[in-house]
Amino acid sequence: MGLLDGQFTDDNIVISKVEDLLNWARLSSLWQMGFGLACCAIEMMATSASHYDFDRFGVIPRPSPRQSDVIIVSGTVTLKMAIRIKRLYEQMPDPKYVISMGSCSNCGGPYWEHGYHVLKGVDRVIPVDVYVPGCPPRPEALLEGLLKLQDKIRHESLAKKSA
Amino acid sequence: MKTSEEIYNLLKEKFGDSIIELKTDVPVEHFITINPLEIDKVCNFLVSNKELSFDSLMNLSGVDDANGETKKDEAENSTMVGGTLSVYYHIESTSIRHKLVLKVSTPRENPEVSSVAEIWKAADWHEREAYDLLGIKFLNHPDLSRILMPYDWEAGYPLRKDYKNPEFYQGMKVPY
Amino acid sequence: MAADIENKVTTTEKLKTEEMILNMGPQHPSTHGVLRLELELEGELILNVKPHIGYLHRCFEKHAEAMTYPQVIPYTDRMDYLASMYNEFGYAIAVEKLLDIKIPDRVEYIRVIMGELQRIASHLVALGTYGADIGAVTPFLFCFRDREKILSLFEMTCGARLLYNYIWVGGLSHDIHHDFLRLTKDFVDYFKPKIKELNDLLSYNKIFIERTANVGILPLDTAINYGITGPMLRASGLKWDLRKDDPYSIYDKFDFDIPVGDGRMGTVGDSWDRYFVRILEMEQSLRIIEQAVDQIPEGDVTSAIPKRVKPVVGQVYSRVENPRGELGYFIISNGSVNPFRVKVRGPSFVNLAVINELCKGHLVADVITILGSIDIVLGEVDR
Repeated sequence: MGLLDGQFTDDNIVISKVEDLLNWARLSSLWQMGFGLACCAIEMMATSASHYDFDRFGVIPRPSPRQSDVIIVSGTVTLKMAIRIKRLYEQMPDPKYVISMGSCSNCGGPYWEHGYHVLKGVDRVIPVDVYVPGCPPRPEALLEGLLKLQDKIRHESLAKKSA
Repeated sequence: MKTSEEIYNLLKEKFGDSIIELKTDVPVEHFITINPLEIDKVCNFLVSNKELSFDSLMNLSGVDDANGETKKDEAENSTMVGGTLSVYYHIESTSIRHKLVLKVSTPRENPEVSSVAEIWKAADWHEREAYDLLGIKFLNHPDLSRILMPYDWEAGYPLRKDYKNPEFYQGMKVPY
Repeated sequence: MAADIENKVTTTEKLKTEEMILNMGPQHPSTHGVLRLELELEGELILNVKPHIGYLHRCFEKHAEAMTYPQVIPYTDRMDYLASMYNEFGYAIAVEKLLDIKIPDRVEYIRVIMGELQRIASHLVALGTYGADIGAVTPFLFCFRDREKILSLFEMTCGARLLYNYIWVGGLSHDIHHDFLRLTKDFVDYFKPKIKELNDLLSYNKIFIERTANVGILPLDTAINYGITGPMLRASGLKWDLRKDDPYSIYDKFDFDIPVGDGRMGTVGDSWDRYFVRILEMEQSLRIIEQAVDQIPEGDVTSAIPKRVKPVVGQVYSRVENPRGELGYFIISNGSVNPFRVKVRGPSFVNLAVINELCKGHLVADVITILGSIDIVLGEVDR
């Protein structure tokens, strides 16, 4: 509330496009589904703790896919788990976004060569919006990934559907 | 505290031909080779005897010995024929503080080993893993099924030396 | 009126009940990762629990057969990602036994300091998430705040916060920073009152005691038969710690105690005991770090690293005391630069098998309590 209300002294009318208003509302409170698979999940938990706060961006962890906007796939996706991820993605209501965190879910990671049970990249089952590289990515890198997603949402339009 | 030689002599008197040999020239650990279908009787004796009382199983691992011969068929795929698969048991006693290593070997074509899951419950999941990744069948196991790979995995046993990756699994491309 | 009530009572007695199968699926906020538990329930009482694992099976053993001995170390990091220094430590000790080389003293001391700092960091995550599962969210934030201090010490040494690739076969990748020992001493002085703060917040809290005492009691002979090790075994009453009973590295030079569960809040071997043994272990780790920082000698940490790791034909099983239990590496070598077989005995894999015995006769909410007190890491269960 520090950006808008300090600039006006009387009551006002603010004129804007509906798209801008909707996009601003969506990007300011992205509720994430707590979906930590492996080592990157620990860095995601460290990002939500008090040192690198996630809550100041409006991101709260929700336990169920039906109440969340964004799913952060953090960790290695195996073939056994990939079928369940697809089901969880289909359970999320629109508009929904996917952040792929870490090298394992981007492209298979260090297990690309001999991993017989590793899915080489989560984009083989669900569509991904932002890729965050690293093994594991630092909390600052995950925050930058979130800011890039917010940027992408800011430029969405009602005329074209996303993903 | 008993050494491996003393335990080997004790077992040889009681079980005779089931105890095959004691290998001492390989570095770091000595091990005793045993007949795969008699391993549960030997382990029962090792647990119940008061001087030995090996009450804890530290580790049970399956190994593909890769001592067969490789054959190449027309499509340039190489498979291994002949040779053995082995299982190593590391056991110890929490009261007397001595340790022992046992080994069994079975032929690759039809690997069968008696299960010790009734004696040490720790062996239950270890044997399921050896079955899942190497294909060794444990007789009299309470529930021998795949534990790490998906339940409908048809492409074989991954940790064998001649394993080939499938192209697709349920619509997803497996290789890079 | 009285006739109506009587009618109602007789109709409820004729109700038929049947068992229900409930799935605590791979995606669940409290299962510490991707674990699937199939619960057979009668109302809220549990009859049977069947765990399904393998959702994080990353083929470590196949990778170990394809890489050379030093190249395997980053893969061992990623198995138990909360105690990476200890995974590397165990693997390095196993390969050094096969190669039969002697390591400089400074390397041993630094490995012990890193190992004990890692033990404190791992226990902080275990305790923080345990409190969060039970419902207490504040200790989670406190534990992670203290953990950030340890992670910045690690970052100063090797550049990474979580997965280090620092302990190599025959030594370390590089020497410690010149400020490291002073900052470690500052951390030890900073952390001692924080344990007391954690005790006041969580351990002696009445609600926490009601939820964890007398829940999931593990008798000692069941524990030994199932192969349980680590804080779970010590909470059931047996004083068994590999650092004293089968010493490796230079742990026999330090003076520390082994905390054992004594059932002061309930019975010996319940969940409160398993939780409290971890708090006491953190105190003992601080003692070891203080002694190591005082006694550390000078030396060159990279002098014993072999140019080419090519052991003789043989096999070895060597084990270390992970924060979760006994971590064992069984390595078979056939004389080449790649290992022939590496089997990892993960403590979480063995400890998880006992969950069926512990949960029988309890309620559904107790499953979370018991699972949190076992302290599993799925990367180690599935490898």
